[in-house]
Amino acid sequence: MMENTEKLKEVKPMSLPPTSLPSSADSVSGPVRRPDYIQVRDFSFNYTPDVRVLHNITMDIPENEVTAFIGPSGCGKTTLLRNFNRMNDLIDGISHEGLINVDGQDIFDPNLEVISLRKRIGMVFQKSNPFPKTIYENVVYSLRIAGQRDKGILDEVVERSLRGAALWDEVKDRLQQSALGLSGGQMQRLCIARAIANQPHILLMDEPCSALDPIATAKIEELISALKEEFTVVIVTHNMQQAARVSDRTAYFYLGKLIEMDVTKKIFANPSKKETEDYISGRFG
Amino acid sequence: MVWFSGMWLAIGLLMIVTLLVVIVKNGLTLFWPSEVVQIELVEGSKASIQGASTLAGEVRKRQDKRVLDAEGNVIPELQLFVGNRDAYGFGFRYVDQSDIASQVYPEDIIVAERIEYGDIIGYPVSMKLADGVINADAPDFRQRFESVVGLSNDRRHEIEVIEKKKIGAINYEMQALKLSLRKAELGGGLTDELRTSVEQRTAELQTEYEVLAKQATDLRSAQKAETFVCRLPTGVEREVALGDLMHFYYPNEMGYFDRVGHFFVEIWKFLSEDPREANTEGGVFPAIFGTFVMTLLMSLVVVPFGVVAAIYLREYSKQGPLVRAVRIAVNNLAGVPSIVFGVFGLGFFVYLVGGSIDSLFYPERLPTPTFGTGGILWASLTLALMTVPVVIVSTEEALAAVSRGAREASLASGASKWQTIQRIVLPASVPGIITGLVLSMARGAGEVAPLMLVGVVKLAPTLPLDGDVPFVHLERKFMHLGFHIYDLGFQSPDSEAAKPMVFATTLLLIALVVVLNAAAIILRERLRRKYASSAF
Ligand SMILES: Nc1ncnc2c1ncn2[C@@H]1O[C@H](COP(=O)(O)OP(=O)(O)OP(=O)(O)O)[C@@H](O)[C@H]1O
Ligand SMILES: [Mg+2]
Repeated sequence: MMENTEKLKEVKPMSLPPTSLPSSADSVSGPVRRPDYIQVRDFSFNYTPDVRVLHNITMDIPENEVTAFIGPSGCGKTTLLRNFNRMNDLIDGISHEGLINVDGQDIFDPNLEVISLRKRIGMVFQKSNPFPKTIYENVVYSLRIAGQRDKGILDEVVERSLRGAALWDEVKDRLQQSALGLSGGQMQRLCIARAIANQPHILLMDEPCSALDPIATAKIEELISALKEEFTVVIVTHNMQQAARVSDRTAYFYLGKLIEMDVTKKIFANPSKKETEDYISGRFG
Repeated sequence: MVWFSGMWLAIGLLMIVTLLVVIVKNGLTLFWPSEVVQIELVEGSKASIQGASTLAGEVRKRQDKRVLDAEGNVIPELQLFVGNRDAYGFGFRYVDQSDIASQVYPEDIIVAERIEYGDIIGYPVSMKLADGVINADAPDFRQRFESVVGLSNDRRHEIEVIEKKKIGAINYEMQALKLSLRKAELGGGLTDELRTSVEQRTAELQTEYEVLAKQATDLRSAQKAETFVCRLPTGVEREVALGDLMHFYYPNEMGYFDRVGHFFVEIWKFLSEDPREANTEGGVFPAIFGTFVMTLLMSLVVVPFGVVAAIYLREYSKQGPLVRAVRIAVNNLAGVPSIVFGVFGLGFFVYLVGGSIDSLFYPERLPTPTFGTGGILWASLTLALMTVPVVIVSTEEALAAVSRGAREASLASGASKWQTIQRIVLPASVPGIITGLVLSMARGAGEVAPLMLVGVVKLAPTLPLDGDVPFVHLERKFMHLGFHIYDLGFQSPDSEAAKPMVFATTLLLIALVVVLNAAAIILRERLRRKYASSAF
């Protein structure tokens, strides 16, 4: 613990503007929103001992905001995202340095229950991965895991989640059919519905709209904006317009390093780093 | 390359088809009522039976003799099934084609099946009934013959019910009473009260038994009272008790549909009856039943065991040299000769485990072993051990095939590892597990060698499932189709007569394996469809 606090002091977070958000600036009665809901401190990550894919990342992800991760392919966005709920534990040979705190809690603390951490974090994977079960069972999976049996509640959750993921109208008559019979874009939306079913505190979305048409994308973006009232959202996207539209803050990664993180408007209008500007304006190789 | 592999595939298929054709053809002749030919032999033929120049029988085979005649020509010969084993001392005769002076198909010749000594082939002469003699030329002879044989069949059935069911139940209870006394004695709780009550009940049973035994004796003598006289093709007349006849037919009078009907009746008898005469006659029902129950028991053991082992190996154990070694050992286990498993089963299950069970739970029956001898339970466990590698390997493959994405999604939803296995991985692996089961059943059902050491017998008096409490008798010895084939083929007194039985039983064994596998495959397809379409 001692070590951790020291580290926290040592490493100064990247300069952030005051946390007053455009939306919450005037709502005084709103809940207290921490600017450092997820703290990343000098975090480095290796898949194999000699392959380091994240280098000394330090950032703060504020509560009830949408944070977008952008950057060229292979720069480590997924890797960082998967560290937040410790999905990388499944891979043999990984190692890390530095700290990640979620809601003030060190997620690498050996006493921490990974399961309870994951229950608070919903995740939409880059590759959609529905279970080979019915649509209904896919959505309620996290509730079933938690032991929820009440049919009424489950039905309600299914409808709310599927509506949220803009899928309800398409599947409401075939809830008991296999999820594997859905189209690629429908599967992706089903995975979103599954991730929000149990109302996690944090929602990690890895390119959630990569297989969606503009209409569904618009709906998902709407959903994301609605979600941030309650959740903290981190979204990885290759779509600059999308990042500009939905996110409050944007982080630009390049070759495993965090190049710049700032309020989205500033990043897109007036980035402080030349690389960021090049990438955003499409001049990047 | 396509042609090459196609050729091998074709050769493989051809071999299978040939095998099936040979087995089907040889096996089914057993049930088909062929015509009976009567042959007049030339003077001095070596084929003559007891000096007579006439003989009759069913032609079973036509072939060329191995030895050539003096001029080096091939000699065709035929094999006749002549029946009347008790009179001739043999059932088959080879006749050189050149020895045949003439042949006819007499209308009035009959083939009659007896409970002993196989078929009679001959001409009916008369029936000596209680109310007088009826000659074969009497107009109602056939009718009467039919009804008398029917009556004797009913009587035989009655005897069987009395002796097997009723007296069997009495014996079972008396044995149980004796054992309860012995148990009380061993446990020191033997009271006079118990003794007198047991003695009283035993005496009651004894009187019941005597009544039944008397009934059975009466019925038996009634079976011997009336006789049937027939003239063999050699001219000798013989008299047999009508109670010995089971069934008769006029082979040369039957139309095609009669033959087909007869054929199916015979098949049904083969499937449903107990064997007679050292297994060479009658049916194979106990063997079918034994094979079926044993295979089912084996499946019940092998699936949970194999699946748990595979889950441990694939999902929980740390993949390292140790696990690799275990995996190699498991795979090699599949290659160990089956007789080795038999010896292991005998040493471990029968002597060690069974012996301990006996001394702990059945001391009153000692020195007669209960579980300390071969039985269907030990046989099933031995085969389960032998086939468990198959289940482990295919389950492991199925587990490994479950997509990483689905596992990650489950874990990300907050599921524990076990919940993920239980709810996502295992359901998706069910088809693979069933494939393993199918393979293990195919191997287990056809295995004979190890069974001979751990509980299979030539003739089991009782089935492993029956009406006596507690209904399932796992300690009992049982019959098995594979062993039955071996027994018929190698242990039978008349191997020529047993040959069609060997093929018919083989056919049945194949059919049983196919049925069991088909059942498993259908189950798998249903699950697969269910799994692909709805909640599991
Ligand atoms: N399981 C793994 N084992 C080893 N290396 C990995 C593994 N997963 C990813 N990497 C490597 O780590 C680096 C970062 O990968 P990551 O998936 O985080 O990129 P990304 O930013 O999400 O890219 P994209 O936009 O294409 O999804 C890549 O160079 C990749 O090859
Ligand atoms: Mg990625």
